[in-house]
Amino acid sequence: MEKINIIGAGLAGLTAAITLAKGGRHCRLISLQPSERAQSVLAEGGINAALDVMGEGDSTEYHFEDTMRGGVYLADETAVRRLTDAAPDTVKWLASLGVPFNMADGHIVQRNFGGQKKKRTAYAKSSTGKMLMTALIDETRKYEAAGLVERYPHHEFVTAVTEGGECTGAVVRDRYSGSTVLFGGRVIMCCGGLAGLFPSMTTGTTQNSGYAAARLFEQGVRFSNAEMLQYHPTTIGIPDKRCLVTEAARGEGGRLYIERGGEKWYFMEEKYPELKNLMPRDVVSREMYFVRREKDCGDTVFLDMTGLSQEIWQKRLPDLRAEIMHYLSIDPAKQPVPVHEGIHYFMGGIHTDAFHRTNIAGLYAAGECTSQYHGANRLGGNSMLGAVFGGKTAAEDILAAAEMTAADETAYSGSETVREPTDAVKRQLGSLLYEGLGIVRSEQGIDKALKKLDELEASEGVFPRMLLGRAMLLSARERRESRGAHYREDFPEKNDALRAPTFAVYRNGRTEIKIGD
Amino acid sequence: MMTFELDILRQKSAQDVPYRQSFMFETDDENAAVSTALTALNARSVLTDKNGEKALPISWECSCLQKKCGACAMVINGVPGLACDSKLSGLGRVITVEPLRKFPVIADLTVDRRAMFDALREMSVWAENAVAPSERTQDISYEASGCLQCGCCLEVCPNFYAGGSFAGMAGGVPLSRLIEQLSGEERRAVMKEYRRRVYEGCGKSLACRKICPAGLDIEKLMVNSNGAAAWKSLFRRKR
Ligand SMILES: Cc1cc2nc3c(=O)[nH]c(=O)nc-3n(C[C@H](O)[C@H](O)[C@H](O)COP(=O)(O)OP(=O)(O)OC[C@H]3O[C@@H](n4cnc5c(N)ncnc54)[C@H](O)[C@@H]3O)c2cc1C
Ligand code: SF4
Ligand code: SF4
Ligand code: FES
Repeated sequence: MEKINIIGAGLAGLTAAITLAKGGRHCRLISLQPSERAQSVLAEGGINAALDVMGEGDSTEYHFEDTMRGGVYLADETAVRRLTDAAPDTVKWLASLGVPFNMADGHIVQRNFGGQKKKRTAYAKSSTGKMLMTALIDETRKYEAAGLVERYPHHEFVTAVTEGGECTGAVVRDRYSGSTVLFGGRVIMCCGGLAGLFPSMTTGTTQNSGYAAARLFEQGVRFSNAEMLQYHPTTIGIPDKRCLVTEAARGEGGRLYIERGGEKWYFMEEKYPELKNLMPRDVVSREMYFVRREKDCGDTVFLDMTGLSQEIWQKRLPDLRAEIMHYLSIDPAKQPVPVHEGIHYFMGGIHTDAFHRTNIAGLYAAGECTSQYHGANRLGGNSMLGAVFGGKTAAEDILAAAEMTAADETAYSGSETVREPTDAVKRQLGSLLYEGLGIVRSEQGIDKALKKLDELEASEGVFPRMLLGRAMLLSARERRESRGAHYREDFPEKNDALRAPTFAVYRNGRTEIKIGD
Repeated sequence: MMTFELDILRQKSAQDVPYRQSFMFETDDENAAVSTALTALNARSVLTDKNGEKALPISWECSCLQKKCGACAMVINGVPGLACDSKLSGLGRVITVEPLRKFPVIADLTVDRRAMFDALREMSVWAENAVAPSERTQDISYEASGCLQCGCCLEVCPNFYAGGSFAGMAGGVPLSRLIEQLSGEERRAVMKEYRRRVYEGCGKSLACRKICPAGLDIEKLMVNSNGAAAWKSLFRRKR
């Protein structure tokens, strides 16, 4: 009997496991740490679906259009269509598992989120991700007890196993015992975003090391839009990471300013009199970068929330005030908070078709490690949707196909191990990638980063994460235009000849980059 | 610059003998936490202890670094808590760091909390049928879904030991979501588990509530779960 191997137990992995088990199939749910520790628990804002309960005449068509426009037409149209069509049922299913979405008058309440024309984001107070995760973990447990889902919660992905161009299993290492085994069966990668390529520089978790994706890239798995990183404008520096300050802080009246010639300059309000501080994430982030570069300006942008009323703090942003006081020892009701744009989401990743198949038969991918739904920029609230729907879709495709005849579990006799450099080298790689893939990019900057990468490889050796990092830089170099989250100072305009995904593949020791198929 | 000494209870593996080892850590960040120190120590190209002896990297677990995932629970100055939630500046110059004691040690500060997850499976913590969304159950469900499965409550609980029948609040809290949301026969079945594996073994001292790093209102959840007033009066009497 084939057991499907799911690598990663966040929203995507859990949903894949539930779907397979419901279809009567066995799977192994493999993750570095238990689901409670997955990055998905950090999501606050909400999940999108055109439920059309807010009296605004919302429709799945509008959701589709907003998503395509948000991604500046690099997303896979067929995949986005399926995603947005299925979104209402997806959210209803989550509610039926017991997710305590905010409700009023007997229906789920939805709110506005950046880049969308309708109130379409369902939420559970300020911990939507945690609420989704708890419900999905409980649901998965039902199938664990029935013997359909086997948990491997302290296990690390080592490599995919391929035979004749087909994926027939995965090698996995038990972090606790140190033993390594080969699990036969098809594989669904649900290993999350690439936070680990940028140590301490993202809002993500340390657990999403990026290794699994990097190793797959080395194995010839095709990636797309690897250059597309979303920077969130308001993050605060806390020890060893960036911590998100919710968009709601600006929604409720928070204002961004920088010191210029001894005065506070509310630059967003001056430059964008209509939407002011609530411009889309990438625009705000870029403006913050630009004003910091201006002469007479200080090097820190502040978020001024001192004008917010007692009531707003108490009723709408209670967690935020406590959080900032805890981490920065600053009371945001009395003092402006230093903020900086920070890496928040990876739109690019493993390339799949609308059914979540990669270019290697038997190997699937879903969740933040993939790229099909978000194109050049993702809408807030679409990523959790993409993870849940993606896990389900990959599993359904497997259910529809014949079982693979695969060995169950065998001792691993190969030589492949997790090949990672020291922490210090990881940090060096992270900072050169950050320099090349910053909020504002240029050929010169990217070339400089590539040169540093050559030097790092020459002195430390070539590791999988360096191959993937290089592919990200080369993708950014190849896209000689500005689109979505990718802004090139030397090509500030969009060029519709480049309206296609950037593909990256590693073949015969070389990284090939191409825009369009 | 502030200098701290971390006195860590170490153990190379489950089979090895535990020993103590101290490390010096300097920082000028008043917000640096125990997690900051552990990360920095392990990032050193050569880790040496207080006496300049070469030391092995320190095994510990973390993930979110913002007190939302429960990975980094350990015993700090004798009190269980999250390493990323424990600022060094409030802990004195010499800080003791030990693994949770109620679970088997894997290495150093990493412990195997499997028993906590096993208990949830044994108690059938899931809904068999679809739950009807409702405004009435929203608040309690939200609170009860917030459990990090960190295990800090189990560490201070006088009645919990791994593998025993009493599941402690790491079991009681998740159960309380289902008690709130389910009805009829399904609810009765969960209530039965709850009585047997939480209510009956609990001394109601609420040591767990004070320690919960997620700040969950355990008392409210338990009072709600019981339906009958028994818990309420018991809690009142204790105070
Ligand atoms: C602070 C924050 C706020 C957010 N807010 C929102 C929001 O409001 N709305 C929204 O839609 N999205 C939001 N997002 C994004 C969203 O949460 C994620 O994109 C989504 O949850 C990803 O789910 P996932 O299942 O793909 O991966 P994750 O939840 O990241 O899980 C990855 C899994 O892979 C495992 N894994 C990783 N590497 C390995 C390996 N080498 N071996 C074995 N296992 C491995 C991990 O253990 C983990 O189980 C937010 C993200 C952050 C960081
Ligand atoms: S109230 Fe006391 S006995 Fe009951 S779970 Fe909490 S600490 Fe344990
Ligand atoms: S109840 Fe609190 S202390 Fe106990 S496991 Fe849950 S979050 Fe941790
Ligand atoms: S690392 Fe997540 S709670 Fe400390």
